[in-house]
Amino acid sequence: MENLVEIKDVSFAYDVRPVLKGINMVVPRGKVVSIMGLSGCGKTTLLRLIGGSLKPTRGEVRVAGQAIHELGRQELYEMRRKMGMLFQFGALFTDMSTFDNVAFQMREHTDLPESMIRDLTLMKLDAVGLRGAHHLMPSELSGGMARRVALARAVALDPMLIMYDEPFAGLDPISLSVIGDLIRHLNDALGATSIVVTHDVQESLKIVDYVYFMAEGVVVTHGTPEDIRNSKAPFVHQFVWGEMDGPVPFHYSGAGIAQELGLERAHA
Amino acid sequence: MLDGVAALLRRLGRQCIGAVWRLGYASRFFLFVLLRSGTSFRRFRLVIKEIYFAGVLSLIIIIVSGLFVGMVLGLQGYETLQKYGSAEAVGTLVALSLTRELGPVVAALLFASRAGSAMTAEIGLMKATEQISAMEMMAVDPIARVVGPRFWGGLISMPLLAAMFSAVGVFGGYLIAVVLIGVDQGAFWSQMQGAVDFRNDIINGVIKSVVFGVAVTAIALFEGYDAPPTAEGVSRATTRTVVTSSLAILGLDFVLTALMFRGA
Repeated sequence: MENLVEIKDVSFAYDVRPVLKGINMVVPRGKVVSIMGLSGCGKTTLLRLIGGSLKPTRGEVRVAGQAIHELGRQELYEMRRKMGMLFQFGALFTDMSTFDNVAFQMREHTDLPESMIRDLTLMKLDAVGLRGAHHLMPSELSGGMARRVALARAVALDPMLIMYDEPFAGLDPISLSVIGDLIRHLNDALGATSIVVTHDVQESLKIVDYVYFMAEGVVVTHGTPEDIRNSKAPFVHQFVWGEMDGPVPFHYSGAGIAQELGLERAHA
Repeated sequence: MLDGVAALLRRLGRQCIGAVWRLGYASRFFLFVLLRSGTSFRRFRLVIKEIYFAGVLSLIIIIVSGLFVGMVLGLQGYETLQKYGSAEAVGTLVALSLTRELGPVVAALLFASRAGSAMTAEIGLMKATEQISAMEMMAVDPIARVVGPRFWGGLISMPLLAAMFSAVGVFGGYLIAVVLIGVDQGAFWSQMQGAVDFRNDIINGVIKSVVFGVAVTAIALFEGYDAPPTAEGVSRATTRTVVTSSLAILGLDFVLTALMFRGA
C-alpha cells in the first residue's frame, strides 16, 4: 500500500534541547494512525513537522512524495490546502460565527459563489451534527461542540490528510465517543488519511488502524491496536493500563525524603 | 570584584544585543506587513471592519477628551490673554494649539491606550489560543489576513480621530470663551480664520497624526504578534504597547515639530 506520509530518521531540537531523536514512521493512504506517548514526548512537534511549521534538524518528512522542509512558502501553502488540522482546543476564530468558521477556507481559497459556500458549509456542519448551531458564536458552544465545529472546519476542503492534536482532551464521555466516531467515519467517507496524536488510549485504540508509541523522542513500539493491548513491553503496559508506577516513576527525581526533611542530620 | 564587573558588562551586552535584535525583528515584521498588504486592498471590507473597531469605537473617548481639552484651553488662554488686552485672540490660541500639537498628540495617546492595547490583546490571545497557527495551517497568511487590515484600519482612523479631536476642541474653546465668558463671537472666529494656515498648520497636523498612526499601529501589532502565548505574556505585551507607543509619540512629535515649525 502506498504511503501518504513518510518520516525518515527525523531529529529535531528546540535550541539545544533535543525533542525528537531519529524517528521513522509511515502512514499509509486511507488509514487512521495514532501517535501516542506521554505529554512532552514530541508528538505535537511531529505534527508541526508534517505540517511544515517546523523544519527537522536531520532527516526528512515526505507528504505525497514531497519533502516538506524543501518546499518554498508558496508550495508549502499549496500543500497545506490539502491538509486539515484539528487543534487541541479547536482554535476556532472567536470573532466569527460557527458558519463563518467552517466557510473560512472556502472563502479564502475558492471562487465559489456564496450560495454554494452556504450549501457546502451546512453539509459539513450536518456531518458533525451541528447544522442547527450554524448561527452560534464559539463562546456559545460547549467544549465538545467546539471540537466538532473545528472538525467540520478541518475537513471543509476535503483534505487528503487530516491531523488531530489531542482531539479527546477535556471532553466528557459522550463527546469523546462522538469525536472518536466522527474521526473514523469522516476519514472513510472522504477517502482521507488521518494522524491522531493523543494519550487517550482506550478511545483511540477503538478507532485507529495502527499505533506508534513514543517516549523521550523515539518510537518505542508500534503495531495494530491488538498488538498494543497485548504488549508486554513495560512502558506500553504501564501506559495502556494506566499503572501508577513502572518505567515512568511516580516520584519526580530529587533528593531523598529523609535528606529533604533534615532527618539524616538529626540522626547523625 | 572583577568577576562582578564582568558579569554586569555581560548582562549589559546581552541586553543591548537583545534590544537591537528585537528592533531588527520588528523592522522585518513591519516590512512583511507592507509587502503583504495586497489582501487589505483587494478585500477592503476587512479594512473597513478594522476602521470600525479602531476608529468608530474610539470616537466617544476622543470627543469627550477633545471637548474638555478645548474647554481648558479656552479658560487658560482667556486668563492669560486678557491680561494683555487680547482676549479675542483666544480662538487663535485654541485652534493653533489643537491643530499643531494637542490634536494629533493627545488623540494618538488616547488611540494607543484604547485601540492599540486592544489590537495587542486581540492578536496576543489569537496566538495563545492557536488561532494564528490554525490560520497558517489553513494556508492563509496571518500577516496578510489579520495584521495587514488592522494596520491600514489604524492608519486611516488616526488622522480622522485627530481631526475630530481638534474640531471638538475648538468647539469646547468656543463654549467657554464665547458662550460662558462673553468674548466677541466675530473676533473669536475671524482671528482664528486669519491665523490658522491650511498648509502650515492643518496639513502639518495631519502629517503628524499619520506618522503617529503608523507608529502606534505598528507597535501594537508587533507586540501582539510577538507576545508569549500565555496570560502573563499577553498582559506584558499590552503594557509594552501603551508605554512604547506613548514614548514614540512624544519623541516623534518633537522631531516633527522641529522639522515643520522651525522659524515659522
